[in-house]
Amino acid sequence: MKAPLSWLKDYVDIDVTPEVLQEKLFSCGFEVEELLYAGAEIDRCVVGKIERIVPHPDSDHLQICTLNCGSFGEAIQIVTGAHNIKEGDLVPVALDGSSLHGGVKIKKGKLRGVESCGMLCSGEELGITDDWYDGAEVNGILILRGDIPVGTDIKKVVGLDDYIFDIAVTSNRPDCQSIYGIAREVAAVLKKPLAALDLTYTAGEETTSGSVRVSVEAPDLCPRYIAHRVTGLKGGKSPQWMRRRLALCGLRGIGNIVDITNFVLLELGQPMHAFDLSKVQGGQIVVRRAAKGETITTLDEKEFSLTRENLVICDAEKPVALAGVMGGLNSGIGEDTAEVLFESAKFERANIRRTSRALGQKSDSSARFEKGVDAYTTGIAINRALHLVCELGCGTVAADRWDIVAPAAQARPVSVKTRFSAINGLLGIDIPKEEIKDILTRLYFSVSTRGDELTATAPAFREDIEGFPDLAEEVIRMHGYDSIEGTFLARASVTGGGLNAAQRAEERAKAVLRGQGYCEAVTYSFISPKDYELLRLHGEAERAIRIKNPIGEDMSLMRTTLAPSMLAALVRNIRRGNEGARLFELANIYLAHELPLASLPEERRTLCFGLYGEGEDFFSAKGALEALAASFGVRFGYAPAQRPFLHPGKTAEVTLGGAVVGYLGELAPDLAEELSVEARVYLGELDYAALAAAADLTVHCSPLPKFPEVRRDLAIVVGEDVSCAAAEAVIAESCKYVTCVRLFDVYRGEQVGVGKKSMAFSLTFTPRDKAVSPEDADGYVKRILKALHEKLGADLR
Amino acid sequence: MKEKIEAIRAAIGSEIGQTGSRKELFELKMRYLGKTGEISALSKGMRDLPPEERPEAGKLVGDVRKWAEELFASREEELKAKELSERVQKERIDVTMPARFSPAGAAHPVSLVRAELVDIFGGMGFDVYEGPEIERDYYNFQALNIPADHPARDMQDTFFVSGEYLLRSQTSSGQIRVMETKKPPIKVLSPGRVYRSDSDATHSPMFHQMEGLVVDKNITLCDLKGILDEFARRMFTAETKTRLRPSYFPFTEPSVEVDLSCHNCGGKGCRICKGTGWIEVLGAGMVNRRVLENCGIDPDVYTGFAFGIGLERIAMIKYGIGDIRLLFENDVRFLKQFRG
Repeated sequence: MKAPLSWLKDYVDIDVTPEVLQEKLFSCGFEVEELLYAGAEIDRCVVGKIERIVPHPDSDHLQICTLNCGSFGEAIQIVTGAHNIKEGDLVPVALDGSSLHGGVKIKKGKLRGVESCGMLCSGEELGITDDWYDGAEVNGILILRGDIPVGTDIKKVVGLDDYIFDIAVTSNRPDCQSIYGIAREVAAVLKKPLAALDLTYTAGEETTSGSVRVSVEAPDLCPRYIAHRVTGLKGGKSPQWMRRRLALCGLRGIGNIVDITNFVLLELGQPMHAFDLSKVQGGQIVVRRAAKGETITTLDEKEFSLTRENLVICDAEKPVALAGVMGGLNSGIGEDTAEVLFESAKFERANIRRTSRALGQKSDSSARFEKGVDAYTTGIAINRALHLVCELGCGTVAADRWDIVAPAAQARPVSVKTRFSAINGLLGIDIPKEEIKDILTRLYFSVSTRGDELTATAPAFREDIEGFPDLAEEVIRMHGYDSIEGTFLARASVTGGGLNAAQRAEERAKAVLRGQGYCEAVTYSFISPKDYELLRLHGEAERAIRIKNPIGEDMSLMRTTLAPSMLAALVRNIRRGNEGARLFELANIYLAHELPLASLPEERRTLCFGLYGEGEDFFSAKGALEALAASFGVRFGYAPAQRPFLHPGKTAEVTLGGAVVGYLGELAPDLAEELSVEARVYLGELDYAALAAAADLTVHCSPLPKFPEVRRDLAIVVGEDVSCAAAEAVIAESCKYVTCVRLFDVYRGEQVGVGKKSMAFSLTFTPRDKAVSPEDADGYVKRILKALHEKLGADLR
Repeated sequence: MKEKIEAIRAAIGSEIGQTGSRKELFELKMRYLGKTGEISALSKGMRDLPPEERPEAGKLVGDVRKWAEELFASREEELKAKELSERVQKERIDVTMPARFSPAGAAHPVSLVRAELVDIFGGMGFDVYEGPEIERDYYNFQALNIPADHPARDMQDTFFVSGEYLLRSQTSSGQIRVMETKKPPIKVLSPGRVYRSDSDATHSPMFHQMEGLVVDKNITLCDLKGILDEFARRMFTAETKTRLRPSYFPFTEPSVEVDLSCHNCGGKGCRICKGTGWIEVLGAGMVNRRVLENCGIDPDVYTGFAFGIGLERIAMIKYGIGDIRLLFENDVRFLKQFRG
């Protein structure tokens, strides 16, 4: 919201600097995002009088002028190429060392051998248009009018000596989306009176009702509709003061009637529209929902096909405006328009928002309606516009008007009945009753009190006030938030706190992996359909939850596996030349129970890890899982398996209690090639929720064994297809004293024969109630060997 | 006898100096003091002496034995020291050579911030609740006093899934789920991933928030300030101050933006705080009465406050991270800096 200082000063006697006002607005909830000085670009440019013009001795087109710039020099010589000047003219003079629009710097210099101590300026060089100063757009030097003292700063003359406050207005305060709304706050915060708007006008003999009949068929979407006829239009420009105000706010002057509607929009925040009455057929204005398929072409010549959700303003035959968004091309005013119907209406903001979104059509008007317009201001605005018509003398105001108010929108002032103690109780400080009353009064509430009781009636333009917390906010923002002193829940209950057991277990899992050298990664929850294709997970993308409005297709699916994100992170590290990486991520995957969703999907906590680098192999990757298993008190099973993106010979399925809970493997060589990755990359993914469910995190301390453990090494020769796990299982079940089986060597070669391998295990026997003698241990080994032979065809090596 | 003893003394005296190791010394010792050694032989030869000479001779032998034993003992000490000194000399190493160890990994900066917040607020009695990331419109908006088509929805560019389902745009949705199931006193943190359709150097389409909620009797705006003061001091420095200024959120009334005094310049104004001395870190306010009502909590009995902290924002301020995208690239050179 842009508010020029000069405009605010129309309503409030601002006696502080713009910087102080900026601070004050900030403290009461209106952050000035930018404080702009309109003439920031222009420096050392003053009014000068051309005393003398002589031709340049060495040029046909140049002239030598002598300028009187008062205290800046009474005879400044400047060479110019312009010819729209004469002796006695007042012109803008850019002195030596001055700056102009666009960062142009002017220095003393010589033109064809004649010294020139500055430059005479055009309007363009000052960065202004006719809206700022009539004549600014002529081709040549800007000739100033009137009796201006020489040496006056040009910024004061052309309207550039002004500040513009660009204010962030929060969405609960649509009443402040206007100059007058901001002025109300400025008056309140500076404790100054607010000048009333002049809303008076003189009406002629013509009537509105005699020319046009207005009806509102959709009062739910149009709570108030005011239409007022103005006849005998005299087209033309609006006055300089009005166009300058529009220009300060970034709008161009169009013509007096349009300028009046724009002026009122800026001043009061009420979008207005003017229909050319000669183009309104059948003397009728109907506010209704569009018929399905009905079309309208808006002023900017775009055609839209409408639905029942769109509100239109129609004449007897057709839509003439897309309500609140833009007028129709068929009813717009032009230079020859003789009479208009001014519209000032409140349209339901949600409907305008939906229409604007659905059609992709935006305007200053729709943006304003979306923020919310109050029905009170709708009435003020039409009077203000009619006042301006009279002030500008550009038409005759009709004697009556249509003002149709939906019963639901009948203005009923919102009264909040509360207690001073409730307001202070919420704030936690004690603001005196008198001050509370004073602040609310300054903010245009009408306040009555009785002891601790307080009744505050909100001004008609404040539709955001509902209860006493709103009053508390009004009071504290004016009283000052710096008076809020921190207290530490002095009167609240004491509660426990911190992580619960499940949350602590997650922290434990992360700590285990960090201990194993893994860095924690965080990747986006959404992935691309292409990610599934890359991992050869064909068809999987169809099971993923799709975002309706993704940033791009590559971030359109809620992932059902963390693997693509992990792989991408590893590949990025490889491509950046990092020698090795161990990464993990503990995050959700999103599993729909049905698509489209009819219930919240399962968000399953999943652990993914990936690694590459010197010394890394399948078994170092497996170490991550075993470290977790050790900490969580579970045993994972591993079985050869296939995953479409992993090496067919180096992939394991991870099981827990018989159920598959994850996988681990080396990236498939063809996929690595496709990604131009030379390093061997390992990936694992684990259903963390399943791990957490099976975890035994309570510590049960056992006494130390009374008798020493006995160790034996055992080397066996078996067929290639006998797995380590199979041998371990046979060993464990054939002797109850075995507490640890550890494979320490695998040998293949002539000595053991083709298709065979030797596996060497280190066995630990832990005695129970009596010591294990060397003879006992030998006996156990014998028994184990027998079992290995019978079940796996193993022989002692 | 006397001569013999003198000869032995002289021999030991000269030979002992020749020994270079404790083994040689032991052999020499055996030669004189062993069971069959020369001094032992002297003792045995006493039997051949006339009885009247024996006491004196005995004393002489005893003296030489004692002398020899002491001499050997002292030489042994010498040699032991010499050998030790040679050994440690030989085993000397370059202690500046690299160690063997497997370095621990690192926590993600967002996790570090989250853990620190849980620590700070957990100590004040806040539980931790994690709600769903794919949410219903009701929890993300309606129950938070943001009805359909409310302009506040424009403050957040929400990702929609289908029907009433969307990606939560704020962890405030967790407030509602907690208040629906738990009655006051409530003190809860709701951390997690949130999603908004926005992507540049300071915005990520996915980021993390932590919502804090307190609902109880007699909760005031001053309490909110006190809690946030403590957070600021512990998360940054003991001198860090907070500043409240008016703002608007549909689910709180009054609503405030909370700025922290710049930890870098201490409030004097610098590049990090863009010369203002303050850094905007979070939004907060007193829980809107309608929100309490929506959750079946009587707003005439209970009041409360809520605050929402952006974890990436805190991490970026605390660790001096200039670009939010670094947090999601997962480059190990970046991640390893967050040693724990």
